[in-house]
Amino acid sequence: EAGVGGFYQNKKTFFSFFFILVCDPADVISTVEFNQTGEFLATGDKGGRVVIFQREPQGEYNVYSTFQSHEPEFDYLKSLEIEERINKIRWLPLHNPAHFLLATNDKTIKLWKVSERDKRAEGYNLRDEEGRLKDLSTVTTLQVPVLRPMDLLVEASPRRVFANAHAYHINSISVNSDCETYLSADDLRINLWNLNITDRSFNIVDLKPENMEDLSEVITVAEFHPHHCHLLAFSSSTGTTRLCDMRASALCDQHAKLFEEAADPSHRSFFSEIVSSVSDVKFSHSGRYLLTRDYLTVKVWDLNMENKPVETYQVHDYLRTKLCSLYESDCIFDKFECAWNGTDSVIMTGAYNNYFRMFDRASLRDVTLEASREVCKRRAVLQPRRVCVGKKQKETDVSVDSLDFRKKILHTAWHPKENIIAIAASNNLYIFQDRLTPNGHHNTPEIQSAPPKWQTQPNPPTY
Amino acid sequence: MAGAEGDDSLYPIAVLIDELRNEDVQLRLNSIKKLSTIALALGVERTRTELLPFLTDTIYDEDEVLLALAEQLGSFTVLVGGPEFVHCLLPPLESLATVEETVVRDKAVESLQKISQEHSPVDLEVHFVPLVKRLASGDWFTSRTSACGLFSVCYPRVSSTVKAEIRQHFRTLCSDDTPMVRRAASSKLGEFAKVLELDYVKSDIIPLFTALASDEQDSVRLLAVEAGVSIATLLPQEDLEDLVMPTLRQAAEDKSWRVRYMVADKFSELQKAVGPEITKNDLVPAFQNLLKDCEAEVRTAAANKVKVFCESLPEDSRETIIMTHILPCVKELVSDTNQHVKSALASVIMGLSTILGKDNTVEHLLPLFLVQLKDEYPEVRLNIISNLDCVNEVIGIRQLSQSLLPAIVELAEDAKWRVRLAIIEYMPLLAGQLGVEFFDEKLNSLCMAWLIDHVYAIREAATCNLMKLVEKFGAEWAQNTIVPKVLGMANDSNYLHRMTTLFCINALSEVCGQEITTKHMLPVVLKMSTDQVANVRFNVARCLQKIGPVLDSSALQADVKPVLEKLATDQDMDVKYFALEAISVITLINGHTVYDSM
Repeated sequence: EAGVGGFYQNKKTFFSFFFILVCDPADVISTVEFNQTGEFLATGDKGGRVVIFQREPQGEYNVYSTFQSHEPEFDYLKSLEIEERINKIRWLPLHNPAHFLLATNDKTIKLWKVSERDKRAEGYNLRDEEGRLKDLSTVTTLQVPVLRPMDLLVEASPRRVFANAHAYHINSISVNSDCETYLSADDLRINLWNLNITDRSFNIVDLKPENMEDLSEVITVAEFHPHHCHLLAFSSSTGTTRLCDMRASALCDQHAKLFEEAADPSHRSFFSEIVSSVSDVKFSHSGRYLLTRDYLTVKVWDLNMENKPVETYQVHDYLRTKLCSLYESDCIFDKFECAWNGTDSVIMTGAYNNYFRMFDRASLRDVTLEASREVCKRRAVLQPRRVCVGKKQKETDVSVDSLDFRKKILHTAWHPKENIIAIAASNNLYIFQDRLTPNGHHNTPEIQSAPPKWQTQPNPPTY
Repeated sequence: MAGAEGDDSLYPIAVLIDELRNEDVQLRLNSIKKLSTIALALGVERTRTELLPFLTDTIYDEDEVLLALAEQLGSFTVLVGGPEFVHCLLPPLESLATVEETVVRDKAVESLQKISQEHSPVDLEVHFVPLVKRLASGDWFTSRTSACGLFSVCYPRVSSTVKAEIRQHFRTLCSDDTPMVRRAASSKLGEFAKVLELDYVKSDIIPLFTALASDEQDSVRLLAVEAGVSIATLLPQEDLEDLVMPTLRQAAEDKSWRVRYMVADKFSELQKAVGPEITKNDLVPAFQNLLKDCEAEVRTAAANKVKVFCESLPEDSRETIIMTHILPCVKELVSDTNQHVKSALASVIMGLSTILGKDNTVEHLLPLFLVQLKDEYPEVRLNIISNLDCVNEVIGIRQLSQSLLPAIVELAEDAKWRVRLAIIEYMPLLAGQLGVEFFDEKLNSLCMAWLIDHVYAIREAATCNLMKLVEKFGAEWAQNTIVPKVLGMANDSNYLHRMTTLFCINALSEVCGQEITTKHMLPVVLKMSTDQVANVRFNVARCLQKIGPVLDSSALQADVKPVLEKLATDQDMDVKYFALEAISVITLINGHTVYDSM
């Protein structure tokens, strides 16, 4: 029965993810990021901690290192508390056997080195190994310490602190493909840093108007192109994404391209601008496409076409009628992230009720999955979920009115090469793996052609 | 017996060795810095067999410790037994050359370069070259970047077979997957080219240079510019046009402003390397374009080079080129939209006057100076003023004085105190060039006004300025013009101004000499000892201490002594402290003649 069930699942979904780990850090997870090889996964939380997981040869992820990256601080000049919450983590390309990552809170970016040590020095001249002083009369020859093997010790040490460059809250950091520089963005400015220099950075984008009353937009995300060291994209609260070419001039106030879809005047409402604010931008691994997430949709843009996205996927269109109550509860300002899979063929993003969504670009099929303690039994295959507007068609359907808006999946990450995903839901981290790649060798999951029944979209809601 | 003696001499070394592993970084650092002492005590053999293996594995340490270690090992040859054993130093330096910290790697490479010279030709091929190859083909980019700096030191001293291998390794690194390694190769290309035979420069280096100069990453391309300059110096003139110039021309017009910036920044070196003919035909138009570049950073870099570029133009056509090609661009830069461009230009533009001579300066440059003297940015005006000496030699400063004065006055009253500070520092220079008359008439009042500035740094600079002016104009001038004004401030109602009088006296007493000090200044100081503000009183004590050496002993005995004694019984403890300090210092310098009764 189970075997049949697995097969059955496999026919129904383009991925049949099963659950491999749930981890419960002390605090609400605020960012999730795989490193370049996917062997490591880092999470940052509200309490300023970074937890790093390492993939074991069997495919499981285990805690590798945990360290306190940021502490709460107080800005005495502005009388402001600076939270320790980790806003973003970015891994650096591999240097040497140690691993390096940048972690930032609202104000300060830190470069951490995570390294292993398996030897320690032994042999003192003047004291024994317990640290007691020796009788000096017994010291007749000099002894040079020798290194002996010991149990593996993983150490995290702060290598650089990049501080005092942001007047507003840092929302993004991104490492350049030249491996020498990175950017940090706050609400109004983007700064360019050299990874080796902490005492100065260059301001490359400044949206701050002379008079703050003229402020019309804020920067929401910024990211470097994966291959071209001179290109960067940043998006704004008005729903636009700009591409800048750093070759053209030292200040990137003039964009090279502006990606914006003309608003449909018939749909304009009080909420139009709020829901069009871009909450995440990700370049595809190929560098050809940009993925943007706004409140209700994810969009794929071809870098060569600025006037409209090449693909638009509805994440939870059924919320369109609920914007008013979502506004009142502030949910409408939630910043959902989005992710590409390793081959840029599938898109993932989060939603409410601990649901997350996947969209297959070739077959245009999509699925809603749930990450929660209740459904995540070890090695259990995730069952697709369906939200219905109006009457339930099936026993397992969930009505829009019963969605829990406090349970939201904002942060997700996809392994750079394999079909392994990490989902942060409040203070739980879930890692799921496609059952087609149990050993991590099978990279291209088979995509079934016949659209299964549950995938048909609910009838378009009437407004 | 020998043992007991041994203990004593062993002890400090034992401490040093133990502190190599101390938890305190500072102690570890101290120990590493005395590594030669440890090695000396251990002897050459134990250094080789025990100390170096231990150090090879200590790469976990803090950067500053590793940096010190990398430096020490560069001069360790004697301590391991001389050149015969120098290769024992390779393993620890090899591991240091792979760490992630750039400064440590660079220092390790520097030490490796140093000890490579101490290898015999045989050892070089047996030990050193294999290390370079290992680094060059290492898994981590850190080791490959380090390798780039080592090829040039071994190449001249190895057999032709090994030379071919080294060239091959360098080629491979120039097309490495990671931009970091290509950057390292690009920055070492010029250095490597210098040790290669000319034929190989043409057959190997030129293609690599061309490839790196058109790399997809602009951070690699910009480093190739400098390599291009080095390569150009190596090639005979007739080859430059075909082998180097196309690439350099392309760099000067690169799509990325950072590459063009690099060309502008290296322009003088480039000019020297390619010689007068190419300069005339190629560099002059290229320089014009850089001066008109759309990116302000590039224009700034080019503007900085205007004077040096013009100076080094071939003499026969210098004036024509400047007048017809460069000067029109310079004229545009004077009204550039970017303040950094204008300020860069202002710092060199005066230098053109010596090249162009009196008539051209008056006709063409002077109007530009005058425009810049009225620029809206203080830095531009300051840069013009700070370089006045160049024009003074050619046309005399009087030509400028009409415009100079308003500019100076405006800067002197600028709202930013740093600007005021900057102009004060040029005052002695200006005074020297404008002469005492002009100074008394126009600038003296400014100098006095700074004494009551509300920023302490300005008041302090103003007192120092007075001293320098007296050095220029002499004591008599001081007595007539500034001393009365300074002393007048002693009756000011603001205690800060009263203190300024004391600070001025501190600065002026020595240059004014004994007579003025005793006759005019001392009475005022003494009178101020009864000031109601304690800060003034203790500054009186400090002032007396300062001017003591200028006074004669009778004045000290009769006037200074009673006042200091009285201040030494002041209720305020600071006043007491400084009074007692002054007494003891004056006693010392007077050889106990004055205060022997105390």
